[in-house]
Amino acid sequence: MANTQSMCTSFLGQLMTGTHNFGVAPIRASTAADTFKAALYLTSATLNASTTIYSATGEVTGTGYTAGGVTVTNATAPIATNSSVTAGVGYWTPSASIVYTTVTLTTSFNTMLLYNSTQGNKAVSVHTFGAQTITAGTFTLTMPTNSTTAALLRLSTT
Amino acid sequence: MLITTTKGEMDDSLLEKKEGSVDNNIESTNWVEYWLDGELVHRSAHVTLKTTPLMAGVAESII
Repeated sequence: MANTQSMCTSFLGQLMTGTHNFGVAPIRASTAADTFKAALYLTSATLNASTTIYSATGEVTGTGYTAGGVTVTNATAPIATNSSVTAGVGYWTPSASIVYTTVTLTTSFNTMLLYNSTQGNKAVSVHTFGAQTITAGTFTLTMPTNSTTAALLRLSTT
Repeated sequence: MLITTTKGEMDDSLLEKKEGSVDNNIESTNWVEYWLDGELVHRSAHVTLKTTPLMAGVAESII
């Protein structure tokens, strides 16, 4: 037997469910999962790692699109998987494609902001793709495979 | 097949269809356009994300 310094993989998954609190955390109304939303942003916007909260600045506008975007389907809880005695991954992916149905977005956009609408619209992650426009059509964002190597959100130790 | 356009529902036989795709290490994307007399009246796109940001964690040594 031997001891090995490591981040506990279970901790990675629990970070995604708000189990641990090293500081000051919001008081939660229930144990249910928060509601997450996905908003689209113009190519001219500036979203990156420093983005802290959803903002309408730089967000797409157009027929059929509601400011703030759409609610993300979340039917699968975060998973934590060990890959060795020192490494593991906590990961989560929306359980359905994100779909903006019958919209007209004529100004080029290339970014989706995932944010937590339950917790004051705090930002989660920024995802970019090739620039698009939509005309009286549907924009569909299909999620990557929910796995240790491809999930939309991955917390990893190596 | 009826297509939703800027001019309402139209039969696709009346429209010119254009399709395209992009496949790289970030995304796999397909798009379809319908044109009427040189005017774009419908465009849809389907983006499949492939790669995402990875957040790393470290348990630092205390000695």
